[in-house]
Amino acid sequence: MAGFEPWTKERGTTIIASEATREGATLPILHALQEAFGYIHAEAVPMIAETLNLTRAEVHGVVSFYHDFRRHPPGRHTLLLCRAEACQSLGADALASHVRERLGVDWHETTGDGAVTLQPVFCLGLCAVGPSALLDGNPLGRLDGTRIDAALDRAR
Amino acid sequence: MSTRVYIPRDAASLALGADSVAAFLRQAADVEVVRTGSRGLFWLEPMVEVSTPEGRIAYGPVNLADIPGLIEAGMLTGGAHALRLGRPEEIPYLARQTRLTFARCGIVDPLSLDDYRAHRGLKGLARAIEIGPAATIEMVTQSGLRGRGGAGFPTGIKWKTAADAKGERKFIVCNADEGDSGTFADRMLMEGDPFVLIEGMTIAAISVGATKGYVYTRSEYPHAIATFNAALDVARREGVLGANVLGSAHAFDIEQRVGAGAYVCGEETSLLDSLEGKSGQVRTKPPLPAHKGLFGAPTVINNVVSLASVPIVLTQGAEYYRDIGMGRSRGTMPIQLAGNIKYAGLFECGFGVTLGELVNDIGGGTLTGRPVRAVQVGGPLGAYFPPALFDTPFDYEAFAARDGLIGHGGIVVFDDTVDLAKQARFAMEFCAAESCGKCTPCRIGSVRGMEVIDRIAAGEQPEANLELLRDLCHTMKFGSLCALGGFIPYPVMSALEHFPEDFRTVHREAAE
Repeated sequence: MAGFEPWTKERGTTIIASEATREGATLPILHALQEAFGYIHAEAVPMIAETLNLTRAEVHGVVSFYHDFRRHPPGRHTLLLCRAEACQSLGADALASHVRERLGVDWHETTGDGAVTLQPVFCLGLCAVGPSALLDGNPLGRLDGTRIDAALDRAR
Repeated sequence: MSTRVYIPRDAASLALGADSVAAFLRQAADVEVVRTGSRGLFWLEPMVEVSTPEGRIAYGPVNLADIPGLIEAGMLTGGAHALRLGRPEEIPYLARQTRLTFARCGIVDPLSLDDYRAHRGLKGLARAIEIGPAATIEMVTQSGLRGRGGAGFPTGIKWKTAADAKGERKFIVCNADEGDSGTFADRMLMEGDPFVLIEGMTIAAISVGATKGYVYTRSEYPHAIATFNAALDVARREGVLGANVLGSAHAFDIEQRVGAGAYVCGEETSLLDSLEGKSGQVRTKPPLPAHKGLFGAPTVINNVVSLASVPIVLTQGAEYYRDIGMGRSRGTMPIQLAGNIKYAGLFECGFGVTLGELVNDIGGGTLTGRPVRAVQVGGPLGAYFPPALFDTPFDYEAFAARDGLIGHGGIVVFDDTVDLAKQARFAMEFCAAESCGKCTPCRIGSVRGMEVIDRIAAGEQPEANLELLRDLCHTMKFGSLCALGGFIPYPVMSALEHFPEDFRTVHREAAE
């Protein structure tokens, strides 16, 4: 996965400006910022508010409403592990316990070496090949402890 | 001359290694690889199809280690091998289907407009331009097509309402926030046949007089997002979208927007708020979106499958579509067989097939080989049905009559190791996590629901707490603003109704 660039107000301003002309631009701006920096820096909130003529509270409300937007930098790799019913029917709960134990993290946490951030996800549309995950955007199916360990080892 | 082989690039096929199979084949043999969507037979993925004089011959599931043997066996000329499946359309699972909406998925190159045209694409749009808005809306109404997102509202009536509404501008919004576990039809279509969605949206736009469309796709679908954006570029370049749709006087363009992990944004009014840049809060109705929707303008909001089913109606006629199905459920439904099921995949057929046929005959029972104990139909808000209800036909009204719903057509199968009290608790937990917070029954009720189920599980005053849970579900069902809080009682109450023993086990153990 490509690394993220460090947050700067200058780059933030450029990115916000590049998306701001769209109608209802808040989500496209937040996605673009997160794609560049890996998270939404606190300084970005008043910058977006000013650009879109919204209050800081409104922008903060949007950032905190959606599960996707992070307010802290993620690890070098992101594992989205599905916890929804179709994957549950094939052992997703046990798989999740295995992954948390192996990585030594709980949901939304990053391993001590900064390698992997673990995020829960409720359905990836891979319900015919569960349990499933997205590792750095790459879909993984029919997971068990061995397969997920191998995928994580390859990534690290 | 290189042999043409077709290998899916559907996300589920990629999850099983389709990319490495494609890369390996390109190195190992003189082949021209066409990446397609998936036919939806996921136990056979990665499925490789070879172009031969007798038509396509399929092999699957193909793992990397199988490839040298396959090549040696003459795979590239359709040779015999243990993995040879023959002509894909003759595989019983496909042969039994009525593929209308998914007619091209898994067959065409998703980004080739020539391929799309060669497979009867754009004929529906051309017809809509020819017959005009009123006749088009009439055809959609006569076809009996109802919303495939779950609510089942007649599509033609929705369009008529928006067409009659006054507004300086109007919008077509496609709901591609397919958040229900067990569903993947929208994703497969956007990855495997994106032009059919573009065509359906454009027909809707011409019908109601809209010039701008939005597709709201969930962020959990990066491959669908990428393919659909690429398809939009092609459609603009080739004049399907733009100032003169297919050379007509109609202007229409589509922009894809990406969600941000909120399940409630699959609810149409919450989705509109999200598109406007706000947190996804549910709106009270009225006003209907068709009168006052996106940015306050008249808006048609339809699910991916609803819109993608319109071209076939225009091409084949309303009667052709309406003659399939049962009762008030007309046409076909792409049913998604998911979870612990042997033949997991997409099965498009006319309404009326029974749940038992789907799970046992077509789906082959569980993947684990254990007995089927429960199936959840219609996503996280759908009921858990026991095999005793397997005679229920797949039909909006038949499921409603048994306190269930077909939703977006997903069926998740569980074997006998499932604990329905745990599933009921999960439903409340999910609702608590995903509630938009606007109405009290959903926001507070779901948290209280979790607590009550925990008390039942711990054996604390089980009878009184079960009564409290029923009462709470009643309040949520009738007091919530939208389907999230309003339908969460379905999985909870069905678990309680059909699997009461799961709510007793723990406190019996505690008493012993």
